[in-house]
Amino acid sequence: MTEDDIKAAFLEELISVAPDLDAEDIGGNDHLQDDLELDSMDILNLVTALHERLGVNIPEEDYHGIETLNKAVAYLAGRLG
Amino acid sequence: MTWDTIAKTDAERAYAVLGDPGAGRAGFDWDQAADMLDGLPGGGLNIAYEALDRHVAHGDGDRLALRWFGKDDELRDFTYADLTRATARFANVLMASGLAPGDRLYSLMGRKPELYIAALGTLKAGLVFSPLFSAFGPEPIRTRMEIGEANAVVTTESIYRRKIAKWRAEIPSLKVVFLVDVDEAPEGCVALGPALAAASEDFEVAQTQPEDMALIHFTSGTTGRPKGAVHVHKAVYAHVATGRFALNLRPGAIYWCTADPGWVTGTSYGIISPLVNGATLLVDEAEFDLDRWYGMLQREKVEIWYTAPTAIRMMMRAGAEAAAPYDFSNLQFLASVGEPLNPEGVVWGKEVFGHPFHDNWWQTETGGIMIANLAAEDIRPGSMGKPLPGIEAGVVDTESDPLRECAPGEIGELALRPGWPSMMRTYLHEQVRYDKTFRDGWYLSGDLAMKDEDGYFWFVGRADDLIKSSGHLIGPFEVESALIEHEAVAEAGVIGLPDETAGEVVKAYVSLNPGYEPSEELERDIRGHARKKLGPAVAPREVVFRKTLPKTRSGKIMRRLLKARELGLPEGDISTLETDES
Repeated sequence: MTEDDIKAAFLEELISVAPDLDAEDIGGNDHLQDDLELDSMDILNLVTALHERLGVNIPEEDYHGIETLNKAVAYLAGRLG
Repeated sequence: MTWDTIAKTDAERAYAVLGDPGAGRAGFDWDQAADMLDGLPGGGLNIAYEALDRHVAHGDGDRLALRWFGKDDELRDFTYADLTRATARFANVLMASGLAPGDRLYSLMGRKPELYIAALGTLKAGLVFSPLFSAFGPEPIRTRMEIGEANAVVTTESIYRRKIAKWRAEIPSLKVVFLVDVDEAPEGCVALGPALAAASEDFEVAQTQPEDMALIHFTSGTTGRPKGAVHVHKAVYAHVATGRFALNLRPGAIYWCTADPGWVTGTSYGIISPLVNGATLLVDEAEFDLDRWYGMLQREKVEIWYTAPTAIRMMMRAGAEAAAPYDFSNLQFLASVGEPLNPEGVVWGKEVFGHPFHDNWWQTETGGIMIANLAAEDIRPGSMGKPLPGIEAGVVDTESDPLRECAPGEIGELALRPGWPSMMRTYLHEQVRYDKTFRDGWYLSGDLAMKDEDGYFWFVGRADDLIKSSGHLIGPFEVESALIEHEAVAEAGVIGLPDETAGEVVKAYVSLNPGYEPSEELERDIRGHARKKLGPAVAPREVVFRKTLPKTRSGKIMRRLLKARELGLPEGDISTLETDES
């Protein structure tokens, strides 16, 4: 998977969990909870969705690795690579 | 499986403020709580004076009252003297802004120091404080400001712009908007920082009386609008006493309450009770993060920790290994509230932190902890414990007239004998709804419970359709009302489904207007609409489509039936069913 593929997949799952968001408005450094207002249940649902979609199991202590779009792409690329 | 009783160690019993709970229950009446307080020098009673000024008067002004951690790890310390001065400034700003005692000030912001200063400064000035959860969407905010006739709000520039500005003019009572994070406020708003800096730090605490209104906490109803539960300054009797009995708060104790002041726990035990008891309150602006929390417990040498089942279950998911590197040896007492803590969670506390979690029970209407597992009492995991001193609780059969107390082991509605000081005094503008919660000398909680042979209380479920998600009480009606505002939605029924982390999650069933077809895209659009209106904590996590929803003859959607079918439970009495689900 290329980084663009990962980014597209992440955004899709993010919007699925929080459909009040618009993919075009999400900045690479927007914090999922502070800026995009996801709550902790949203994060759990996102982690589950990413696991199903990409086969990457993200442990609790790595959640800060996906707290922004940019960080998530880098983290997931590392895990997939 | 049944769980073994957790016997307390001698050290755990020795830590208890209430060393002999049995004798404490027998010998207590609420007048004794007055001895734990000062009262205003000129007569009267004021929560902020008890929380702050009196400690300064006793010579404890230098003690640390509040240690605050920002999201970016900024640290700010406030002594009792600092907070006394800061709240005096805030009270002066309120007076200078044309507000008067009895006016209602709402807060709508994250856990920043200004929130704590605003809460106590409002009470000090004799105004009424009403905290709202900052992640609410515009709709719940507006409804609550209308019901409570808000006169002022303390918030951030971003929240104001996104969630209030558009409809502000339609709330005629709203006179002042304070913004905490700007130096220059937009038109019609006041920049709080410069106003505080310019204000005097001397203020004579308002001469409030014990029965004067102090707090409005909103809570959800099964039908109709949210209810504004009114509490008075005398509630501080309960704040001081229950904080000692149920949490072991004491002067100088390092205490962390993880609840947000937008909910009643975060105000009663996240602001008032610890300060009234002279403890040191820790506040973290950030949301739950495993390492951040473990790091906080270790670094700050937290002694008493009051948290919630959802957070405990998230820690459990990460496993004991994640906690292993940390030193929790300063922890003395762990408590949990928000929804019943499953026995696994109670026991897990003992394994990982060295002490079990002590579950306790209360609600917005009770203003303070009513039933609790105590430091000096053995725990039956899964039980909420026993009534605190001054509280008489029972389980009653509401089908019989007059009410009948249930036998041990029999399920009924959890009820309390009215008269404790932090009992709500009314629901704003809803006296009839208020009166309905009392019957035959009992306050009816709406929770189903049973009491065992030894007097331990056990939560069974809700007597109504209210949903408990991540500790928040959600009214299905409010969610349904937002859903049917979507152009595609004709009808909506909302229920809570069991969830291993959140307790329950909100699920919606909707039928569509002509011209709309179910699709994944539409499902998302409806959820997105609900999240924008209600905020993520309240909006449904899942929306499913039905051609029709099960309804009674009077057209009421039978949520109970939706839930029973979803969970594969018996459908119960369906004699009033007129139109079935399809």
